[in-house]
Amino acid sequence: MKITAGKQGFQSLNEQVRELLSENDEILIEDVNGQRYIGAAMDKGKTLNLYGTPGNDMGAYLNGGKIEVFGNAQEAVGNTMGGGEIIIHGHTGDTLGYAMRDGEIYVRNRAGSRAGIHMKEFENMHPTVVIGGIAGAFLAEYMAGGTLIVLGLNRDKNQDIVGAHCATGMHGGKIYVRGEVPEHHISPNISVSELNEEENEELLRCIKKYCVLFKEEEEYILKEKFYKLSPSSSRPYANLYTKN
Amino acid sequence: MLLREGEVRIPSGCAISAITDTSGERFSGTDIIESIALMHDRSNGLGGGFAAYGIYPEFKDLYAFHIFYDDNDARVKTEEFLFKHYDIEYFEQIPTRKTKSIEKAPLIWRYFGAVPNSKMKKNDYDDDEYTAKCVIRVNNEIKGAYIFSSGKNMGAFKAVGYPEDVGEYYMLDGYKAHTWTAHGRFPTNTPGWWGGAHPFTLLDWSIVHNGEISSYDANRRFVEQFGYRCNLQTDTEVITYLFDLLVRRQGLKLDMSASILAAPEWTVIDNMPQKEKELYTALRTVYSSCLINGPFSILVGSKHGLLALNDRLKLRSLITAKKGSKIYFASEESAIRIICPEPEEIKAVEGGVPVFIPFAEVKD
Amino acid sequence: MNYTVPEFEVERNINRCISCGACVRQCSYEVHYFDDDGKTVLADESKCVACHRCAAICPTRAIKIKKYDMAYKEHSNWTPVMQKEINLQAATGGVLLSGMSNNKPYPIYWDKILLNASQVTNPSIDPLREPMEIRTFLGRKPEKLEFNENGELKTKLPPQIQLETPIMFSAMSFGSISFNAQKSLAMAAKELGTLFNTGEGGLHPKLEEFKDYAVVQVASGRFGVHKGYLESGRFIEIKIGQGAKPGIGGHLPGEKVTVEVSNARMIPVGSDAISPAPHHDIYSIEDLRQLIWSLKEATQYKKPVAVKIAAVHNCSAIVSGVARAGADIIVMDGFRGGTGAAPTRIRDNVGIPIELALAAVDKRLRDESIRNTVSLVAAGSFRNSADIVKAIALGADAVYVASAPLIAMGCHMCQQCHSGKCNWGIATQRPDLVKRLNPEIMYKRVVNLIDAWNHEIKEMLGGMGLNSIDSLRGNRLMLRGIGLTEKELEILGISHAGE
Repeated sequence: MKITAGKQGFQSLNEQVRELLSENDEILIEDVNGQRYIGAAMDKGKTLNLYGTPGNDMGAYLNGGKIEVFGNAQEAVGNTMGGGEIIIHGHTGDTLGYAMRDGEIYVRNRAGSRAGIHMKEFENMHPTVVIGGIAGAFLAEYMAGGTLIVLGLNRDKNQDIVGAHCATGMHGGKIYVRGEVPEHHISPNISVSELNEEENEELLRCIKKYCVLFKEEEEYILKEKFYKLSPSSSRPYANLYTKN
Repeated sequence: MLLREGEVRIPSGCAISAITDTSGERFSGTDIIESIALMHDRSNGLGGGFAAYGIYPEFKDLYAFHIFYDDNDARVKTEEFLFKHYDIEYFEQIPTRKTKSIEKAPLIWRYFGAVPNSKMKKNDYDDDEYTAKCVIRVNNEIKGAYIFSSGKNMGAFKAVGYPEDVGEYYMLDGYKAHTWTAHGRFPTNTPGWWGGAHPFTLLDWSIVHNGEISSYDANRRFVEQFGYRCNLQTDTEVITYLFDLLVRRQGLKLDMSASILAAPEWTVIDNMPQKEKELYTALRTVYSSCLINGPFSILVGSKHGLLALNDRLKLRSLITAKKGSKIYFASEESAIRIICPEPEEIKAVEGGVPVFIPFAEVKD
Repeated sequence: MNYTVPEFEVERNINRCISCGACVRQCSYEVHYFDDDGKTVLADESKCVACHRCAAICPTRAIKIKKYDMAYKEHSNWTPVMQKEINLQAATGGVLLSGMSNNKPYPIYWDKILLNASQVTNPSIDPLREPMEIRTFLGRKPEKLEFNENGELKTKLPPQIQLETPIMFSAMSFGSISFNAQKSLAMAAKELGTLFNTGEGGLHPKLEEFKDYAVVQVASGRFGVHKGYLESGRFIEIKIGQGAKPGIGGHLPGEKVTVEVSNARMIPVGSDAISPAPHHDIYSIEDLRQLIWSLKEATQYKKPVAVKIAAVHNCSAIVSGVARAGADIIVMDGFRGGTGAAPTRIRDNVGIPIELALAAVDKRLRDESIRNTVSLVAAGSFRNSADIVKAIALGADAVYVASAPLIAMGCHMCQQCHSGKCNWGIATQRPDLVKRLNPEIMYKRVVNLIDAWNHEIKEMLGGMGLNSIDSLRGNRLMLRGIGLTEKELEILGISHAGE
């Protein structure tokens, strides 16, 4: 099933998509131009393939469905995502995966500021975000759970793999960073360590998938060592308050 | 009755967009309208506008005044003032096209004039200072008149409505500029006064801005010490005055001024090499009240060039792209891709890091 | 015959009292004593000042200090306090003397000002995760900066004081407070990246190591002022007046001039240390200029010079003159400011609230386009971090606090500082009392207090959508008045809540 988005507004496009999805499992949308909320709350078993530049809040509350973008995405991709898969064959804007609870997001290139902000896990839900390029400032702010991987591929020599104030307020989950960690960007309550066996397995599984999706070489990516960022305490602010 | 800008402070959100040709080649307003139109959902029909640089080559050394009049009486009084204070070479009603959603238009006129030599001898001001004072005087003292554009070889066009309709209304497809900026406004409470739409301009400064600043009153009370009066109580107005003060009156470079408005954090300054550290410490110390706080992305046009700036926490999105000699800016990537599908480079403007595109020699 | 009744009553729970005698040994006012049997503890409550030292030290919590319950015939004019004060004066012919600060129920404007917070149109900022800056600079600022053609700074900036918090400790001399109290403040200032103030008591040689965290004061008595002293301070403060006693000098009685105090003040042991009401080289504003520039000359322009005045009726005109006379920092002390000793009538009736003075002065300096050239420090009773946030929004660069850190060190506001018998070891020179105050413990309490206030200031800033204190300074849109008259709102330069 193939449709064209063109310049129509988000409401008519999304209505059309919902209608078609009631009878089809997979839709290809061409010429997407900034329409917002595409694939919002889409259920398991449904797939959207997008060509062009989808607008903000793509895949918000995604409920098990799959969205693949053949281009770049804008702000707030996978906002409060509850499950499913988002694959972006390009870069993405700010606030990727805000408060994401489950599912996977793979971004081929860079992500903007505040990627993975407040990602969390619950019971058997465990969100995963893989960023192929660099990540902007405030990566994983308030991160409470899940796995975030930053590969930093194809970056300029003077570019740090993560931006300033990385993992500030992080109190759960793990970030795997490829190569040297720019210590001056890392929040003080974060420890940098090596991956254990189980973590290594998780990392390898994700890198394999990244390489399949984006046709990169696993061997090249694994040439550099990975480090793990994790919170030193799950309650970093426990001593801040005094009872009155 | 609802109070209008200046009588009350009205917070607003927005979309912004800009295109500049670094070769100085001029092009029509069609693309900028298409770009800002794509971000329709970021404005609410209560204000849209454009600034265009290089549009009046035939009058390029004259001040171009764009004026809203509530009635003819205001026009008569203003013209009396203008003809007394300027050698006006040409004036006319700004041509407009009937556009469905644009209603309740004021009278819109433009005047091209030079500061008479005799005036200069009487005052110590230079032409710009003289003109700034004249603009402020008309806007403060003549009821029903509002000068919304006063630079040379540039002009602002704005109205209450969606920006794409405003562009249509002013027939911007018929103008040629080397640089265009655009604004779609989302005010939270406004009676829809045309003067309150953006861009805000003073001389050849024009500013389009997205976000609401929390430092407003600290900035206002600082800049008002230097003779400015923030009559509209809008963020854009105070930011314009800050740039005018720092760059035109105090002679600071534009990028330096940007580093004052979106200053580096102290933790960054503390780790700079000694000389740089001293410089930034001095900037933050002396100009501490110019720090703009809160989310903002702004595009500043001036005779120097086009400046894009994001707040230092990067709370608003702003994307830039390049293709050939053209540079694009917009609040959203799709608003660039709609007019430039295959840019050579596309990236986010980083928080607190100014991007400055100097203007080339303009090609007539 | 006793014309006055005691103010307090000591209630001792004899079921709890174990006759350990701690209260007897601790009370410098000699309220508690053993009966002739050497076991029963009794109290002469007429001497009690309600400093609570005994209650705090009592291991079985047997002591409670209560108001002395004496009925008077109702009279809202001739209150018991009025009658007591008349009787004290009738008995002695003396001027009433008090310690601490104005205790009358004048309006406290801090409690009638409300703060703003961001909702939707701009985000509030989380101070724990996001950068949140409260670093503050004091000193004279040029109107603009100039650069050479390479973009290098050409303007030479006058000396600036970098503070890591907008909170400094105000002047309390060694003499008015104990060495241990002053040392605690010095240690706290160092740890916090802020400054303490020597008052006019000179700098004790043992506090030399804290000179980078000291403000040195030059007052009318010029005690301890010499080249080395001037050079040791981060900035020099000329004290013209004090909020607790505007227009009044100071008098440290000879019996308090111990060997150590004598050394710090550079006066003979046992001699009265009198600070005249005015500086006798300042009879007018141009004379103040002379003193400011003499101090700058003497320190080769390396130190900012501050001038501290009490907040009085025409303070805006005065401050404008002081700014033009060359002061780099101007301190205004409101009428709720504290003191070691002040005539009661002065303490309770002279001067104006710092809220109104600060608002008026900041506006006046802006109207004259010189606000940005000088730093304004507000003093005169900041009770908590919200008071401070409001002061900065009204226009202050920084504030001075003194009573609050003293409370952190044990002060219970008994207002008897002038007696020299402070049971908490703060306002005393008696070695047995001074040693009760352990600087190693007390400095940490002061640090805790200011740390907590810093956090709270950051929380409030973040709520307002600000990430730097620079954007709060003079940002009166963040304030609204509640229950204030049009006139009060006009002076404060703020709108009423709901507007």
